[in-house]
Amino acid sequence: MKTIMTGNQAVAEAVKLSRTEVIAAYPITPQTVIVEKLAEMVDSGELDAEFIRVESEHSALASVYGSAVAGKRSFTATSSHGLLYMYEMVWWVANARVPLVMAVVTRTIGPPWNIHTDHTDILTMRDSGWIISMAENVQEAFDLTLQGFKISEELNLPFTAGMDAFQLSHTSEVVEILDQETADSFLPERRQCYVFGEENTTIGSLAPNECTAKLRKDTFETMLKADKTIDKVSKEYEEITGRNCGLIEEYRIDDAEYAVVMMGAWSGDAKDAIDELRKEGIPIGLLKLRYIRPIPQKRIEKVLEGREILVLDRDCSMGLGGIIGTELKSFMDDITNVIAGIGGVDVGVNELTKLFRKFSEDKLKDEVIFLEVI
Amino acid sequence: MQPIDCLISTPDKGSAGKTGLWRTYKPIVDEKKCNSCMVCWLYCPENVITEGEKCIEIDYEYCKGCGICCEVCAKKAIKMVLEE
Amino acid sequence: MMKTIVMPGNPSCQGCPHAIGLKALGLALEDFVLVIPAGCSTIIAGIHPKATLNVPVLHVPFASAPAVAAGISAAFKRENKKKNVVIWMGDGGADIGFATISGSAVRNDDIIVIVSDNEAYMNTGIQASGTTFWKAKTTTSPAGKREDRKDLAAIMLMHRVPYVATASVGYMNDFIKKLEKVKSIKGFRFIHLHSPCPPGWRFDSSKTVEIARMAVKCGAWILWEFDGKFNLSPASKPYKDKNKRKDLKDYLKMQGRFKGLSENEILEIEKAIDKQWKYIECFENI
Repeated sequence: MKTIMTGNQAVAEAVKLSRTEVIAAYPITPQTVIVEKLAEMVDSGELDAEFIRVESEHSALASVYGSAVAGKRSFTATSSHGLLYMYEMVWWVANARVPLVMAVVTRTIGPPWNIHTDHTDILTMRDSGWIISMAENVQEAFDLTLQGFKISEELNLPFTAGMDAFQLSHTSEVVEILDQETADSFLPERRQCYVFGEENTTIGSLAPNECTAKLRKDTFETMLKADKTIDKVSKEYEEITGRNCGLIEEYRIDDAEYAVVMMGAWSGDAKDAIDELRKEGIPIGLLKLRYIRPIPQKRIEKVLEGREILVLDRDCSMGLGGIIGTELKSFMDDITNVIAGIGGVDVGVNELTKLFRKFSEDKLKDEVIFLEVI
Repeated sequence: MQPIDCLISTPDKGSAGKTGLWRTYKPIVDEKKCNSCMVCWLYCPENVITEGEKCIEIDYEYCKGCGICCEVCAKKAIKMVLEE
Repeated sequence: MMKTIVMPGNPSCQGCPHAIGLKALGLALEDFVLVIPAGCSTIIAGIHPKATLNVPVLHVPFASAPAVAAGISAAFKRENKKKNVVIWMGDGGADIGFATISGSAVRNDDIIVIVSDNEAYMNTGIQASGTTFWKAKTTTSPAGKREDRKDLAAIMLMHRVPYVATASVGYMNDFIKKLEKVKSIKGFRFIHLHSPCPPGWRFDSSKTVEIARMAVKCGAWILWEFDGKFNLSPASKPYKDKNKRKDLKDYLKMQGRFKGLSENEILEIEKAIDKQWKYIECFENI
């Protein structure tokens, strides 16, 4: 069924369709509407779930950790400072191998106080073992959230569905949502590798050092093979919906001499910029990352082979470069890395066209370029 | 053994080893004085006291020799004796 | 023989009050799960692969316990599971996780929170906490604690939850009775349990129960219960009358953490205890 929704509403809708049973979330701009929409749905009976009105983000993730480890499909959402406040729990949940889904509406970190988008917040999760996805539009926000439950439960790792502040969270777009019956056929009953409360066992005791090493190695290996699970689930989803939300999306890249790599809402504007430049005959294309964890190294290498590469980051690792640029540099050479749009500074089609044109004219010489404004 | 088993422990005696080795003093029960009121059992932190036939019995493999049983016994039936 | 959930040979120190208190849970509550945040009990609960407690136990991060318990409780509710969700935490957890306890009480989460209070951050080596006794020496108050202390149970009383009580490991029957009562109450239930710690307070391991009783007898620890009505517990009733209280000095001199207290300082502690009883009088009149 086609309808019009904002990103926040679409995420709430996906959570409802997943038959999530426990929700706990603390409001933070611009995620607040997800919380409010879900509270409305629970109160009206539209969603049959427990809604825990927590007093902080740390408690939000702690609560859904509790319900998830006790066997129930659970969900929370946050942004920026809220994510940082629950950071301890972020690591705990992944290390505990408990499947659950969290939406992160990416927002820059202060000071100064700023509610607009950049991607630094969600990328702080990248070493923890969470599966991390990032939507380009409201449709993907819906699709990724829904698939996240299945992926998370197959891998026994928690899943983040990311989307840009305001550009997606508060922007209405046309979305095709599933009906409950279709969602039920896609999403089976919850499963997880252990459940708390059934047996007289103790979970998470002090343990010999080798135990930690063993567990982390297992997560590492799971993440190495996670691309196969994501392929499988996104293929199943494509068969039902006709839409593929796999690890990467290639846009006009087959015959491209110049390739741009990026993730997030501005990928949509990048596609428009690429269309403009293509009209002029410039052989440029886009490799959009839908997932930053796992990062499909071999696939990326194959797609970008023989092309000039520009990685566009809406985040940065101080003194080093953009985070995605730095990651790609770890397995590929000759990458130009541009950092832009930090703090939500507007980067639209015009700015991207200007930047990509420079790139195609070999005018971006330095390896790392930090642009306050384009 | 799955890696996930590292997160799950099962109840068993002696998680800290044979804690009887921690003792300096050993509680000795005078079976003539003990009336099996079980107050020592209630206050024993180690849960090593059980009701025997004639009087209470102590599992010396794990008894840490804290001496609480001696203190709470109303009949003064337990004595803390320096262990050789 | 009633079922005891504590396995012998566990990592608790000789004479540990937590080990005594945990036993009461097994004796009073029937079907329950335990949530344990960081603290001494994290270690007491056993070292992998052996567990100390013969019930389901979930270890959780320091400040998170009441929130995790709320989640577990919600999950149980979805299945109509009647198991109680019990948190066993320390006064340390009640400092770092105070917002979490408060948030949980405000929601009236259907959980039982037991703060087993040994009056310092013991697991990290005896640092002062919000409930550390007046003038007590700890590693972060080497000259004796100067500040007043927070009254946890009274604060929880002011959250207007269905059940708040204080208890002591020196009065196990009273503690067990209170647990038996909370077993079937719905909503947020809070018990503040006094737990004298031999290495932390510096006394012989055999004296744990005696010192816990002395605290009540000299009026320093007050046993009470609120279940809709506020009542002093039988063991503390006599000591409402100051003249009936045992000498505070007898309590203090048994513990190395009060070594070298001056007469003046002891008088100040006595005044603080008197003030505490004044609050009790107010609560009785609610």
